[in-house]
Amino acid sequence: MTMPINYYIFLSVALFCIGVAGVLTRRNAIIIFMCVELMLNAVNLLLVAFSKMHYHALAAAGVPNAGMDGQLFVFFIMVVAAAEVSVGLAIIVMMYRNTHSIDVNFLNRLKH
Amino acid sequence: MTQLVWLVPAFPLAGFLLNGLLRNQLSKSLTGIIGCGTVLAAFVVSLLIFGEVRHEGFQPAVVTLFDFISVGKLSIPFAFQVDQLSALFLLIITGVGFLIHLYSTAYMHEEDGPQFARYFSYLNLFVFSMLLLVLGANFIILFIGWEGVGLCSYLLIGYWFQNVDYGNAAKKAFIMNRIGDLGFLIAIFFMVSQFGSVSFDTVFGKASTVSTGMMTAITLLLFVGATGKSAQIPLYTWLPDAMAGPTPVSALIHAATMVTAGIYMIARSHVLFDLAPVTQTVVAVIGLATALLAATIALKQNDIKKVLAYSTVSQLGYMFLGLGVGAYTGAVFHVMTHAFFKALLFLGAGSVIHAMGGEQDIRKMGGLRKALPQTTGTFFIGCVAIAGIPPLSGFFSKDEILTAAFAKNPVYYVVGVFTALLTAYYMFRLFAMTFLGGFRGTHDQEHHLHESPSAMTIPLWVLAFLAVVAGFLGVPPVMAPNAHRLAQFLGPVVGEATGAELAPGTEWGLMGVSVLLALIGTFWAVGRFSKKPELGEPTGFGKVLANKWYVDEFYNAVIVRPLDLLAQFLVFFDKNVVDGIVNGVGRLVQYGSRQLRLLQSGQVGGYVLLMVLGIVVLFLVELFTGGSGVAPAVKATVGH
Amino acid sequence: MFWFLSILAILGAILVVTSKNPVHSVLWLIVVFVAISGHYILLDAQFLAIVNLIVYAGAIMVLFLFVFMLMNLNADTEPQKNRWLKIAGVVTGGALLLVLVAALKRADLKAQVADLGTGDIGLIHNLGLVLFHEYVVPFEISSVLFLSAMVGVVVIGKKAEEDKVAGGQRYGG
Repeated sequence: MTMPINYYIFLSVALFCIGVAGVLTRRNAIIIFMCVELMLNAVNLLLVAFSKMHYHALAAAGVPNAGMDGQLFVFFIMVVAAAEVSVGLAIIVMMYRNTHSIDVNFLNRLKH
Repeated sequence: MTQLVWLVPAFPLAGFLLNGLLRNQLSKSLTGIIGCGTVLAAFVVSLLIFGEVRHEGFQPAVVTLFDFISVGKLSIPFAFQVDQLSALFLLIITGVGFLIHLYSTAYMHEEDGPQFARYFSYLNLFVFSMLLLVLGANFIILFIGWEGVGLCSYLLIGYWFQNVDYGNAAKKAFIMNRIGDLGFLIAIFFMVSQFGSVSFDTVFGKASTVSTGMMTAITLLLFVGATGKSAQIPLYTWLPDAMAGPTPVSALIHAATMVTAGIYMIARSHVLFDLAPVTQTVVAVIGLATALLAATIALKQNDIKKVLAYSTVSQLGYMFLGLGVGAYTGAVFHVMTHAFFKALLFLGAGSVIHAMGGEQDIRKMGGLRKALPQTTGTFFIGCVAIAGIPPLSGFFSKDEILTAAFAKNPVYYVVGVFTALLTAYYMFRLFAMTFLGGFRGTHDQEHHLHESPSAMTIPLWVLAFLAVVAGFLGVPPVMAPNAHRLAQFLGPVVGEATGAELAPGTEWGLMGVSVLLALIGTFWAVGRFSKKPELGEPTGFGKVLANKWYVDEFYNAVIVRPLDLLAQFLVFFDKNVVDGIVNGVGRLVQYGSRQLRLLQSGQVGGYVLLMVLGIVVLFLVELFTGGSGVAPAVKATVGH
Repeated sequence: MFWFLSILAILGAILVVTSKNPVHSVLWLIVVFVAISGHYILLDAQFLAIVNLIVYAGAIMVLFLFVFMLMNLNADTEPQKNRWLKIAGVVTGGALLLVLVAALKRADLKAQVADLGTGDIGLIHNLGLVLFHEYVVPFEISSVLFLSAMVGVVVIGKKAEEDKVAGGQRYGG
């Protein structure tokens, strides 16, 4: 069945904004991290939807492998996300070790 | 010699600079020599110029020194006008000025070196300014001199500035002068706009081209300036207070020269005044009213200098009356004779004060003729002259004015001659209470009485001589045809006297009446006051007169207090509103920065919130400007 | 199908953000990932769907759970943010949503469609071809990225000498 691209856009935007609200609302550093992952995934979804859209638009014109780029981009985004998660969690563990808390409000060294 | 007319003001200017800059180095005698010598040199040059001017067929000359102001179409050169009127005034100023400088060397000898030099430098500066005033060939140079004499008047009245009252008197003089000057300036502005020039030649030449209304306006404004400088109603109250200065200053500035500046200016501009009959009436009426008012006040004054001050105001009123009825020659004649006998009277008063060790209240004097014979004699001559008793000079000049006044309007004459009666009365009251009768002062003062040194008495005698003979320069035609030398001399400049011709019989009658009244006033006063001097405080109507008709109090309530309140309001406004705004801005910035500092909380969560908000705002802008708003802004921020 | 998956995703996301217990948040996030993988399959991206499940739901979330267990977090140990800030955060997110929706409504995208269930672009064979022909360099670089990430994690995780002495002290702030 054909689905207007609008719906995918709205869905993705909604997920993204929920992620943003989560980042702003929570104080637990790890939960914030998870919301960031949520945002990334929303974007991934949108990219895949666009790639499909382009495929349909360009396949009629006979361009080979049209619309692959979107999915490959998602692939790389996942790569980066994985790396980022490992490093980020390492930092959080270090923070916990120093301050025995993962409250983001404790990280106000930028004040000085 | 006419081309060297610039020497005349240059000498006193040099004296001012020398005495002023070197006042700490010069000895007193050297200061005196410089001060008097420069004025004497100026007098000699003035004599030479006068000699040239007297020749038949002398044409008035304009000697230009340099281009002073040159703006667009307006050109004001620094030029002197040498003609009969200015030559006459030159003589009066430098001549009487020299005598007073000489007198001052003895009168002020108690001052120490630098102060003595300061006095003489101011006095020289004054002579310089007055000379500029009468020599100027356009209204601007005249105005420069006008302002200069006002300044020197302030400096000299407040010479003993350590006394706050004297300082206030000086300020009062200067401020009232300035009020008049405003009128003068506006008149000059009108002249520039109407005639495109302020030179006498141009203005008088084009005078008839403007409407009567405009001419009335200009001349009225000029007269406002004259009321300030020459102490007429309503700007006269500074002159009696100006007696706070040293007596020679009062003699020179407030009797002989500065106060006559207004007369000179109007006589010089007679072309303009002839075209504005309304102004002439105003001038005459105000002059007459001032004469009468001042005479009534003088009746009850007990300070020797105050009596003379009010007498000056009164005589100035006569001069303005003369100007108002078209008797320009008569007014200038009275200026001359008044300079002689008023300076004489003031210097004589100075001599009395000097002898009395500083006392000025005539109720504490009396019987001084024994100890001060020279002063008594010269003072007597001065009183006779001012009372208008022939054959002394005062009679001739005053009579000329009164005759012209009668021709214009008999009422003028009646009031004028009544004032003459009062003049004789109060002058001889002064004379009687000071020199006749018994001595009423303290024992110490009696011992201190001595005649003044010759540096003071010589000027007295010279002036007395002049007061006696100067009248013969202006013998009226009814007595001897073609004998009015002054009128013949000034004729080319001030024109023939306007006004109806009177029958000889009427003239003799008028003269007789005025002389009679003067004699009555004289004998009545001498008779009354030499026996029973008025020693107590005045009562009833006399109190009103003694308090100067409460004019000063009136001015204080109506003008000074409201201005004071306005000033207080403005201070309040400035401190609270203006400063408040300025400080408020500062406080606002401080408050704002305090609030903004809270953003730097170090909380990462807060930072993220702000970032997201910023993105939202950016999107909104993008949304509403259809893509044309954010891109240029981003470009500008990034820089390329 | 699309609608079911969409609602599941959004519901899961909201629950992630609002759960008090952090472990519950992790579980709901896994639900979201499953939903999104479902969307991938619908959009003919089969390879990505599998990879999503393996990498995200499998590895990353498990890592999160490890960290949670390490710190022994419960619902009552988490401090709550200032109420105003919470409301501000929600409002901001909502504003962002509104703005983006408004912006996108303007764009005329009705014409664009995405066919579901057809096409073979997501087949791993085709993906691999494009990946190794055109994007070989980024591929290699991403492996370097992984290496550096690993090194970074090890370095960060090393205990410094002073920490042994000061370990256990709370640093204020």
